Amino acid sequence: MYRYDEFDETFVRNRVAQFRAQVERRIDGGLTEDEFKPLRLMNGLYLQLHAYMLRVAIPYGTLDSRKMRQLAMIAERWDKGYGHFTTRQNIQFNWPRLRDVPDMLDALADVGMHAIQTSGNCVRNVTADHFAGAAADEIADPRPVAELLRQWSTDHPEFQFLPRKFKIAITGSPNDRAVTRAHDIGLRMVERDGAPGFEVVAGGGLGRTPVLGQVIRDFLPRADLLPYVEAILSVYNELGRRDNKYKARIKITVQETGLEAFRALVEARFAELRGEWEGADQAWLARIEADFAPPSLRRGSTAPYEDARAGDPVFRAWSDTNLTAHRDPDHAIVTISLKAHGETPGDATTEQMRVMADLAEAYGHDELRISHEQNVILPHVHKADLPRVHAVLKSAGLATANVGLISDIIACPGMDYCALATARSIPVAQAIAARFDELKLEHDIGPIKLKISGCINACGHHHVGHIGILGLDRAGVENYQITLGGDGTETAAIGTRAGKGFAYDEIVDAIERLIHAYLAHRDSAEETFIDTYRRLGPAPFKAALYPEEADRHAA
Amino acid sequence: MSRQFTPKVVTANALLEGDVVYLTADDRWSRHHHEAELLEDEAHAEIRLLHAQGQPDRVVGAYLAEARAGAAGPEPVHFREAFRTRGPSNYPHGKQEEGAASRRP
Repeated sequence: MYRYDEFDETFVRNRVAQFRAQVERRIDGGLTEDEFKPLRLMNGLYLQLHAYMLRVAIPYGTLDSRKMRQLAMIAERWDKGYGHFTTRQNIQFNWPRLRDVPDMLDALADVGMHAIQTSGNCVRNVTADHFAGAAADEIADPRPVAELLRQWSTDHPEFQFLPRKFKIAITGSPNDRAVTRAHDIGLRMVERDGAPGFEVVAGGGLGRTPVLGQVIRDFLPRADLLPYVEAILSVYNELGRRDNKYKARIKITVQETGLEAFRALVEARFAELRGEWEGADQAWLARIEADFAPPSLRRGSTAPYEDARAGDPVFRAWSDTNLTAHRDPDHAIVTISLKAHGETPGDATTEQMRVMADLAEAYGHDELRISHEQNVILPHVHKADLPRVHAVLKSAGLATANVGLISDIIACPGMDYCALATARSIPVAQAIAARFDELKLEHDIGPIKLKISGCINACGHHHVGHIGILGLDRAGVENYQITLGGDGTETAAIGTRAGKGFAYDEIVDAIERLIHAYLAHRDSAEETFIDTYRRLGPAPFKAALYPEEADRHAA
Repeated sequence: MSRQFTPKVVTANALLEGDVVYLTADDRWSRHHHEAELLEDEAHAEIRLLHAQGQPDRVVGAYLAEARAGAAGPEPVHFREAFRTRGPSNYPHGKQEEGAASRRP
């Protein structure tokens, strides 16, 4: 993992000291709220529905045990004993007091973390494949490049006042687990004639106007990355709409300009910039890469794993859903579900954070990842250790065997916390997970992505859910629209609205009808929900959602 | 013809804690919605809002929220405002926690 050098340490400490003084001036009246607000947002501090909220970046989702324990300490000392992991690999503390925030930021700086650029119209936390460095299908670990981008974008003087926020995601695998096509810039590591480079996708985004990013450069040599990304930002910074917040994201700029014209502008700017980059960035990247050297994996029998699978059906069920193939066949990637049925998606208590830190230290080469799907990953666990890991997780309420299933729901905080939300998300997620647990159906249903957003800003990625739920305020009442057929992977698609929305007390039943329609129409137990939807189209699903309309047509 | 004014309360978040607060008729900031001053006249409501906005050392983001008269005092109309009187629905945190604490013997 990247270790802060003296420059990083000094920068982050100075920033905390600066913010501490800004908080003091706000409290003693030296700064108005209008003056203070952009300053607090630059440091990740929001004012939400019931309290302040501090959003802390977890760059490319990577933590070690020391950082995780510090997050637990912060949650315990200054918050209410838990943290919320978000869909952009951040953690949010929901109850800080204004005076405590500088101390919280100092505590983060103690372990090489910060909340800088987790809000505001700047380049946000760079996200990456949560299985980076471990996945069997990976070309290369994307995290050194993600770290390079983090350093380049942090306090970049040209890009502190962009037309709107800017999100970059990167994957080193052809199987896209980082939702790259829903980002302002998506980077996919590829090779051409043996040389490493990137496919660059630009202009993606969810929100009010969902757009899938388009390929702006099909092969960018690795050494050209920063000048090319800088060229994209530079063109966007000049052309992006500052007159209308809803047209300010790069997805609109690309559409308004046209991809070809936008590309030509980027290439022209790139030609200007390229010569200024003389290789210091590549030398620095080599230094960063040394920090991401793969762990030395131990050899040894995996018999305890096979024995536990044969003898313990609970372990077997968990290992069926929560393990992913590691590049080393004797190891596994463990996904720890933060989606216990009926609990809040993405929340972990201080005790749970400490248990995960202990497990990472004892069995996982001291590595942890946060996924955009709001789970925690132990990326390198020897299979022989899995029964022990499972037993410890079980005792901490962390062994839910549901990863990739219908109860593994992404949900934004919604109107339980968020000042922008138009409806609640969390209780809907809790009720859907509890319903399918009661029905004992979720393993039969199989792989499915259900994603819930509590407003059109789409933090819950509902547009790319196989089933998406969007909570709205319709004439003063919570109302939930369903979208179908979305996909956030390499076969990305934006879901289509199924029809009129459902009331808060109707939405769980509607989802159950939808799932029964899938079970009735799939051609075998192997055909997943999304495959069935793609084969049949929306008609049978709409009929299940709106039986009264089907009856009317039949009459 | 102007539309009839729907009653309002002045609400904001406390500067230091971030708590939801309501402006009372005797110029206090209360944590309880039912203690808020119910503003039934538009011109008076605007003045009370200005009065709230003039207290940046105490509150942030003051605005007028719809309310109606109830048995114990003003009640929220919109569900968002109802949530703001309580706290989140997934944990007993926020005002509902304080309420529970104050009910303890």
